[in-house]
Amino acid sequence: MPETHSRDTLAVLDEVDRRLVRATQGGLPLVPRPWDLIGEELGMTGEEVRGRLRGMLERGVIRRIGAVPNHYALGYRFNGMTVWDVDDRHVDALGAAVGALPFVTHCYRRPRRLPDWPYNLFAMVHCKTRAEVDTLVGAIAGVLGDACRGREVLFSTRILKKTGLRLND
Amino acid sequence: MGRRPVEPVDLDEADRRIINGLQGGFPLSERPYAEAAGALGLEESELIDRLQALLDRGVLTRFGPMYQIERMGGAFVLAALSVPEADYERVAGQVNALPEVAHNYRREHALNMWFVLAAETPAGIGRAVAAIEAATGLSVFAFPKEREYFVEMKLRA
Repeated sequence: MPETHSRDTLAVLDEVDRRLVRATQGGLPLVPRPWDLIGEELGMTGEEVRGRLRGMLERGVIRRIGAVPNHYALGYRFNGMTVWDVDDRHVDALGAAVGALPFVTHCYRRPRRLPDWPYNLFAMVHCKTRAEVDTLVGAIAGVLGDACRGREVLFSTRILKKTGLRLND
Repeated sequence: MGRRPVEPVDLDEADRRIINGLQGGFPLSERPYAEAAGALGLEESELIDRLQALLDRGVLTRFGPMYQIERMGGAFVLAALSVPEADYERVAGQVNALPEVAHNYRREHALNMWFVLAAETPAGIGRAVAAIEAATGLSVFAFPKEREYFVEMKLRA
């Protein structure tokens, strides 16, 4: 693996794990004993399914197990990708501070694409009103202070595709 | 997969408890719905029925494990295109046709199409970028993440 992953130990999945990923990436069966049902399909016990899922959770292969809501159905109509041009000397400390704000759901450093794209810090916010976005953008700007030289907010206006990860067979 | 409403949906108090309480931490016990229902003050069968209804109504897009492809040796890369308005629908179709495109959003900016590529290997990302450039005739702006400061996509209902 490339050096960019050096902070994490890469989790190696065996073929059984991969079959389990394929069997569950679209969702869990809504039955009282879902692990047993998945195990039946894959030729293993429910106990083994649980053990492998627990292992993948511990290794970070699974972030979490639960419900994935549709933002729009919950009334979050203003989904803003806020992007910031932050002094490289301070971006890591400030990125961590922005990521720690309770309303920021994702926060990353990404490369600039000059001259078209001067922004290196990306933070997502999800709001029910436009005014709320403006308030939150103001709060992020307050954290960044003088280290920030420019910003934009890109609103999503249409979902063109949303399937999530799909491992091929 | 249920419908995908774009307007807010009416939810009762128990639905809200489920959405707010179950965006993670689903137990790996023998009867996980029974255990999760107990914590939410519901019966097992009621939780299962309500999850099914929330999926059918498109309030939830999925119920299950959220996988991190990077921890499996793969890669996620955010990328963008600047698409002429007259070509927007054609280009959206060409981009969406690639299985590596996990999400794609229109955003209001000169870079007006933003998508996430997910591939099982880093080389797969390069192939997907090349395929999109060949199909659309446009240059892909790739924004691989250099640092992840925070990710926790949880929304309150």
